[in-house]
Amino acid sequence: MTGIFVISDNIITSLGFSTPETITNIRQDYIGLKIVTDPSFSPVPIPLSQVNTQLLEERFSQLVSLVHPEMTGTTFTRMEKMLMISIYDAIRDVDLDLSGDRTILVLSTTKGNIDLLEAGKKGLFSENRIFLWELADVIRKFYCFHHPPLIISNACISGSMAIGTAYRYIRSGLFDHAVVTGGDILTKFVISGFQSFQSLSPEPCRPFDRTRNGLSLGEGCGTMVISSLEPEEPGDKITIEGFSTSNDANHISGPSRTGEELFCAINNSLKEAKVAPSAIDFISAHGTATPFNDEMESKALGLAKLNDIPVNSFKGYWGHTLGAAGLIESIATIHSMKENMLFRSAGFNEPGVPEKINVITGLKVANVRNSLKIASGFGGCNSALIFHKNSS
Amino acid sequence: MADHFITGWGIIRKNSVVIDGKTVEVDENYINFATFIKALYKQEQLNYPKFYKMDNLSKLGFLTAELIFKSRNIPDQYKRDELGVIIANSSSSLDTDIHYQETISDSADYYPSPSVFVYTLPNILIGEICIKNGIKGENAFLISENFNAELICNYVENLLQNNRIQACICGWVELLHEDYESFLMIIEKEKILAGRNEEIGKYLAFTKENVTQLYLNKRI
Repeated sequence: MTGIFVISDNIITSLGFSTPETITNIRQDYIGLKIVTDPSFSPVPIPLSQVNTQLLEERFSQLVSLVHPEMTGTTFTRMEKMLMISIYDAIRDVDLDLSGDRTILVLSTTKGNIDLLEAGKKGLFSENRIFLWELADVIRKFYCFHHPPLIISNACISGSMAIGTAYRYIRSGLFDHAVVTGGDILTKFVISGFQSFQSLSPEPCRPFDRTRNGLSLGEGCGTMVISSLEPEEPGDKITIEGFSTSNDANHISGPSRTGEELFCAINNSLKEAKVAPSAIDFISAHGTATPFNDEMESKALGLAKLNDIPVNSFKGYWGHTLGAAGLIESIATIHSMKENMLFRSAGFNEPGVPEKINVITGLKVANVRNSLKIASGFGGCNSALIFHKNSS
Repeated sequence: MADHFITGWGIIRKNSVVIDGKTVEVDENYINFATFIKALYKQEQLNYPKFYKMDNLSKLGFLTAELIFKSRNIPDQYKRDELGVIIANSSSSLDTDIHYQETISDSADYYPSPSVFVYTLPNILIGEICIKNGIKGENAFLISENFNAELICNYVENLLQNNRIQACICGWVELLHEDYESFLMIIEKEKILAGRNEEIGKYLAFTKENVTQLYLNKRI
């Protein structure tokens, strides 16, 4: 069989340090968003989805003693620790040679090590550490990847774009394998920025709900190993079949009024995948729970004639994780396909968007063969990815 | 025979402006990047007041694109979703990030502003170019330590070859404090140029060697 295969993956959020742990928590409807009172993040209490710091430190010490015992005592940033743990979990059981020139490391992040701008962290690292290329290089060196990394920083579609670009590069023969990793951490920088936009919800976010009142922020990261080689182990195989981006050309911080541009990206990716809208079984929406985003997405899904297809937003569980969002939500989508399960859209009770869409309200068994992952972000960017399950 | 050609380009660095090989003199006095780019904007009579609210990275990239479009108006020659914008740089939006961090670091003087925060993403520059010109196709912002022709060529070639876009504006827009450098190109397809009876021989083929050579242009 030929195709661009998803070989393995990892998710790290408040729901756990591995994909199985995360999916179990989603099945059990564990909401990772908790009200946090911490003036170093926000002057008022707000819901946040935080990665457990104590577990992060423990896991990272274990990782260093296992992979690089000579580095014991070397300091790394919170973002680096998360990404390194995530990559290790995704690649440790992979039976591919990822060390050569035919493998590319792709990093997606919006702000990387932005916490290093904080007064308390000045001088802890070299001045270069704030640059995204240095962050990528620290990770590349840790795992001895040969080829220079590809770094994508394209607002909230970064994670989807990292997967899509890896898929394109492998399909065109530039590389055989890709290790796609990405993440963002919670900082006062990002939290205060969204607060200044008045776009944060005082309670855990409620995507697509009538009472939704803004987004909730989360931190996390994910890793996906992608290859042109078919995985040998038995079972269903997931392939990436289509990818497209578009721009609203409308407003730098507000989505399109019509959804036409996201629709255009959806349409392009469906055509590339040669999949009809009616053959899509599940949609993982961006679903930030801001009034305008969810409204725009419903319009785009309406234009694409996807009104009846089951749709959710994973952000009700772990918030908006920015540069990780497209990546970890795609991974959760893939596991929805593999486990023949539709996961509910946490926080949703009553429809509250202008176009009718089929929001998933409870855990459901379903054969999910084709999935669509959509994302949109500041700067007017939109993206669409298509995943396909090749049943064994 | 190459399939794709560089049909327009512009460089702004060290207070000089070169569009398609021709120097654009900036007549007004200036003392730093902010006054230089404002003088250039006023001189070019672009009449686009949104320019004033942009951060310095966006001003630099936006103006470079506008000057290139002045001599080759691709936004009018293609459908809106046939055009792409692919830009790379080294420091992402760090120039504005540092400015934004100053607005939140002192709790007694805490004034985070959405109009500053929005520019703490480098792809806002792409949004600005798209809004002004109605460009709705593929877009991406990539990061590398130094200018890297291969990074840009790989990404753009892939889009052109797979017919995701028919033409694009792409290149490098870097700015941190007073260090800045912008190099953008228009890339078009041979078959479209031939269909318009354009003399293709006058254009450079879109190869990483040619892109590197243009970027290294010693006169600028």
